Amino acid sequence: MLNFSKINVLIIYLIFLFIAFFSFLNFQDENDKLIEKKINLGLDLQGGSYLLLEINSDSLVQEKIQSKVIPLKKLLKDNNINYTNFKINEEKLTLSLDNIEKFNILFNSRKDNLINPYIDNYRSYELEYKKIKDNQIEIFFSKFGLLTINNSALKQSIEIVRRRIDDVGTKEPTILQRGEKRILVELPGLKDPERIKALLGKTAQLNFRLVSDNNEFGTDELISENGEKLNVSKRIIMSGENLIDAQPSIQNQNNEPTVSFTLDRLGAQKFGRTTTDNVGKRLAIVLDGEIVSAPNINEPITSGNGMISGNFTFQEATDLALLLRSGALPTPLIVVEERTVGPDLGEDSIKSGVTSLIVGFILVILFMFYKYKIFGLIANTALIANLLMLIGILTILEATLTLPGIAGIILTVGMAVDANVLIFERIKEELKTEKSAIHAFDSGYTRAKITVLDANITTLIAAIILFVFGSGPVKGFAITLGIGIITTLFTAYFLARHLTSIVVLNTKNKEIKI
Amino acid sequence: MTNYNFSSKFKHANILSLILFLISIFFIVFKGLNYGIDFKGGTLIELRSKNTEASLIRDILKNMDLGDVNVKKFGKEGDFLIKVEQKDDNNKLIPEIKKKLSDNLNSDINFRRVENVGPKVSAELLQSGIIAISLSLAAMLFYIWVRFEWQFSIGSIIALFHDVIITLGIFSLLSLEINLSIIAAVLTIVGYSMNDTVVIYDRIRENLGKFHKLNISDIANLSINETLARTIITSITTLLALFSIFILGGEILRGFSFAMILGVLIGTYSSIFVASPILKYFKVSYKTMEKEEEKIVP
Repeated sequence: MLNFSKINVLIIYLIFLFIAFFSFLNFQDENDKLIEKKINLGLDLQGGSYLLLEINSDSLVQEKIQSKVIPLKKLLKDNNINYTNFKINEEKLTLSLDNIEKFNILFNSRKDNLINPYIDNYRSYELEYKKIKDNQIEIFFSKFGLLTINNSALKQSIEIVRRRIDDVGTKEPTILQRGEKRILVELPGLKDPERIKALLGKTAQLNFRLVSDNNEFGTDELISENGEKLNVSKRIIMSGENLIDAQPSIQNQNNEPTVSFTLDRLGAQKFGRTTTDNVGKRLAIVLDGEIVSAPNINEPITSGNGMISGNFTFQEATDLALLLRSGALPTPLIVVEERTVGPDLGEDSIKSGVTSLIVGFILVILFMFYKYKIFGLIANTALIANLLMLIGILTILEATLTLPGIAGIILTVGMAVDANVLIFERIKEELKTEKSAIHAFDSGYTRAKITVLDANITTLIAAIILFVFGSGPVKGFAITLGIGIITTLFTAYFLARHLTSIVVLNTKNKEIKI
Repeated sequence: MTNYNFSSKFKHANILSLILFLISIFFIVFKGLNYGIDFKGGTLIELRSKNTEASLIRDILKNMDLGDVNVKKFGKEGDFLIKVEQKDDNNKLIPEIKKKLSDNLNSDINFRRVENVGPKVSAELLQSGIIAISLSLAAMLFYIWVRFEWQFSIGSIIALFHDVIITLGIFSLLSLEINLSIIAAVLTIVGYSMNDTVVIYDRIRENLGKFHKLNISDIANLSINETLARTIITSITTLLALFSIFILGGEILRGFSFAMILGVLIGTYSSIFVASPILKYFKVSYKTMEKEEEKIVP
């Protein structure tokens, strides 16, 4: 175990130098970079916000099932199936039929099925029905139908979330899908996430609806911006989809912040027609079910340009314009998890993390030197090499370093010497029975090998499981702990062993003490 | 090499371990664990504000109808930690609390950290934490079963349970918070304790082959003595690193490093006084080992 061929030695040191080289990339000049690689700091160290958003598709599912009502009734009529007791029950339709067999064939036909399309990806229909009484059935979305709805809502939401965040202009945001219903948003360096949370919390469904004089059927009673009760027609004249641009602006007459918007061709036509026909009436601008303002239509607006005023501050006008530009979210988003760290706490964490790393490192080095003298120096050299390689690999992987990750590095320092301790203690034992020092060292390394492997694999198993199941900062701990074990094995079994062999082979015929 | 007579103390140690284990279970079941917001759901706000008292913050938040509110000093002078229990996802809560505090406290407030975990996510985090710990125990059981004989595998797993339960028992007794980083600490303890046990088991297996005439208690005693220097030195270096984190690593890592320190101490004790004596009850000898080997290689 103490004989190294020249080529082996060369390979060992080349691997070490190659990996250790990367650890220095973290300290290079910002403007004059050799290679664009460095360890990223986690949100807990650089400050920033982590948000986990969840879509709530209940209302969307209800809307979708309602849209099935008219085509379904038509289908039944066209095929002479009589139905009674037709009811919409939140996410289900119930009805009684006189010919379920015939309905079944129509409902589950693969060709041109407009009611219940077949989803090829999942090999399933969008809807399912089940009998609840003799001739009464219940129609609802199948598991895969719901999945499809969620999926498209999620994709669309991610797109809109991205637009809104980009518009606010934070640096390097991360926006990712998590599972079937969630969006993960990471905003490094953001001090106060409340504005972004407020922007993401609004669906921003904008409608233009006429205010009606009486509370006839087909109106909603809504409160206007000055506390007036208004009956607003349910009929939507135009929605936010027809908007192509919206910008905050200051109205010259009274310096009031407003939002001016531009409509597409279709929107301009609709808007022009309505404003022409209804001069003198009031037009309610409704955002997420609340009236923003309800101005009088003084004259026809046919240019496709309009303005929304509503006692805004300039910030509110800016945010409303941003929301309108980015489009409406298909469903409301709820923040189900939030973790925000201010930049000064991040700095404090880095300071205390690095201080404890340095102190822990020095303590371990002093202890090893006290305990093993010259071989302690070898173990310490291996430890320094270990640290450089650990940081080097983290750099190559461009891993994210978190506060628990720093704790993982410190813990690696404490546990890494174990491999060398195991070996040295074994050699000590061998030296008692073996006369030749070289043989004692040789068999010490050989015999300790299995133990060192066994002992480290157990910790590696724990690290891997932690990596798979841990979230956020804890994952960072698992990464440093796991990589630390691998670099420990390398430095103990190659670097330290080679250094030991140099010492042992050069002190031939003399007594060696460990 | 040391020559302590560990085997004479096995019996007393086992009784002590059993008592500690049962007391810990008692505490965990009846007093319960103090789950942090990661596992219970709720909101946590760390703020820095000079010339403020915890009681002042408590009074301001009192009439907000927040349910259970806990305010305490956190680390340095002027740093406070507010914990609010909250049962449903309410996205307006944090801005409301922030505004209320900014309006009512006379001095500047620096919100250093805000965490909010909804009820669904906290239930999921708890579930994945339990799965992670169970899975790691199962993986260790399997690894030792493959590398050694089944008796060793049972012995090591009992030692691991012993370590995890007593660590959690102490956390329950002292009402220390269980959060995500404590789960990480428990998993690392599992790894560390196993590491310690494996080193002794390796030696026991080697000595079983070497000394056919010695019984398992003597073999265990011999093996523990032979590896004792290593056991202690590694515990010392690991503890040096951990105390460095505990004292200098800041408030956030304190719970984690405390759990690890407990775990290293208990884990070191258990590899000597729990994992090794258990082999005696399975009547492990070089013969049982040979039998096991015959079974695998017919």
